[in-house]
Amino acid sequence: MPERPANRIWNKEIETMPRAKMRELQLERLKYIVDYCINNVEFYNKKLTPLGICGDKIKTLEDIKYIPFTVKTDLRDNYPFGLFAAKRSDIVRIHASSGTTGKPTVVGYTKSDLENWAELIARIVTAGGATSDDIVQICFGYGMFTGALGLHYGLEKIGAAVVPTSSGNTQKQLMFMRDFGTTGIVATPSYAMYLAESARALEFPMSDYRLRIGLLGSEGCTEALRNQIESTWNIFVTDNYGLSEVMGPGVSGDCVYRTGQHINEDHFLVECLDKNTMEPVPEGEPGEIVITTLTKQGIPLLRYRTKDISALHYDACPCGRTSARMEKIKGRTDDMLKIRGVNVFPSQVESVLVGMDQISTHYKLVVRREGYTDTLEVCVELIDGSLLERYGELEKLQKKIKENLRSVLGLDAKITLVSPNTIERFQGKAVRVVDLRNESK
Amino acid sequence: MNVTQISVFVENKTGRLSAVTGALAGAGIDIRAVSISDTTEFGILRMIVNEPDRACEVLRANNFTISVTEVIAAEIDDRPGALNSAIGQLCGANISVEYIYAFLNPLDGKAAVLFKVDDNRLAVKVLTENGVTLLDDSRIRSL
Repeated sequence: MPERPANRIWNKEIETMPRAKMRELQLERLKYIVDYCINNVEFYNKKLTPLGICGDKIKTLEDIKYIPFTVKTDLRDNYPFGLFAAKRSDIVRIHASSGTTGKPTVVGYTKSDLENWAELIARIVTAGGATSDDIVQICFGYGMFTGALGLHYGLEKIGAAVVPTSSGNTQKQLMFMRDFGTTGIVATPSYAMYLAESARALEFPMSDYRLRIGLLGSEGCTEALRNQIESTWNIFVTDNYGLSEVMGPGVSGDCVYRTGQHINEDHFLVECLDKNTMEPVPEGEPGEIVITTLTKQGIPLLRYRTKDISALHYDACPCGRTSARMEKIKGRTDDMLKIRGVNVFPSQVESVLVGMDQISTHYKLVVRREGYTDTLEVCVELIDGSLLERYGELEKLQKKIKENLRSVLGLDAKITLVSPNTIERFQGKAVRVVDLRNESK
Repeated sequence: MNVTQISVFVENKTGRLSAVTGALAGAGIDIRAVSISDTTEFGILRMIVNEPDRACEVLRANNFTISVTEVIAAEIDDRPGALNSAIGQLCGANISVEYIYAFLNPLDGKAAVLFKVDDNRLAVKVLTENGVTLLDDSRIRSL
């Protein structure tokens, strides 16, 4: 079992503020940001003024429900700078999302946004166990993506030594890890696992590595996958969450007790809403995460629909922080597959597969329509040669996976065994679903 | 008195079998006996080669899932009833035969047959007591 790092808090005053006081601060900032949006962004002015909404009309945090939502296409429709509130001369950094469908979403930061961002990351990496003694390798792709530079400045702020290796070039990543005595990595869960597999395949013993913590993010990570990464590397892994539209990483992150990701509530007002009615769900119930930026100057967003499904908790955490916490992202409303009327999240499939010794952690889901019926095929890589002695053993493995999936999903899937290393590996966000239903008749 | 058999997991997909044979050919490894059985989705290729250790290395390096097992290779007279008599001896000793296949290159007037059984030690004893000549790895290399 990897050692749990000491519990440390970067900004005691804010992170342990009594909840009532935090809500006061949030209300004050919400009133301010609503007026700031109306006065500086035409899109919001046109949307809110006819509804009679302004900062003064907002009396309680619950009044946020009168504000219309902002969605991803609003950013696309106003490409590139239409939603920017700050003057061009005050923008000091521009990032953009990958834009796999249509135009990318573009975000701008003022100097004070970047300072806030570094502060938020400092809190999150401290919560995850990082200190000024750490040497942290950032294996996120540097570039337009917010992940790498976001973590970069926050880690420097706490005094850690940052090694900006970026993504890819696995052999060199591992060489630096051994030679520099790297103690922490920033990566996607799937890349952290890929690095571990690659390290094990080399002639160097795992004791050549000094890794202690993993600060993982940018894609979902089931508990099972986290355990696998922890035991392979013998590191302590924490998750953090964010999205480029509202900042990048820095919205929330695990503390060393991992009771849910602590939200930086002084900068983000986070709602959790029923995805059909868009009304708040009770504490602990799953819903869509909707975020209002409370301090952002470059591109403030009101009630931005993240499409991420999580649940919120407000009870006390042993770490001493008073902030609301988000559960691990269960999936995205986008990722959710509807197969024969059943809602399926890839993370549910992953929770069944990860932890089985006979197969690798990589998988692919293929959804097809045959006649009028949807079919789900789950491809997994067979790595346990001892099953080759008898066909029965392979069939037993397929049956076991099928039954476990049925109990989790309530759905029958076809299990296909494939050779190791034939399922594509991802160094950024993993794409594990192939939906062919629109292509077949 | 056993010989080393290598089993390889092969998906039923064009090119997968040739990836195995290609890897072995590239390393100059000679396949002495081979058998493949399949279901609709995948097959298991079983073979006896002249250099089992090196073959395993090559296959693992090429990311194949493999397993190594000891099987029994017996010289059987090339005449009607000879195989039946060997199997009868195993059967009489309550040894169950999981599969058999034969070598590609016949011995002089004899066939060489591979047996995968549930109890190797007992099978070796039964067959040798009944005068069946068994072949081992070094003998196979010299075939």
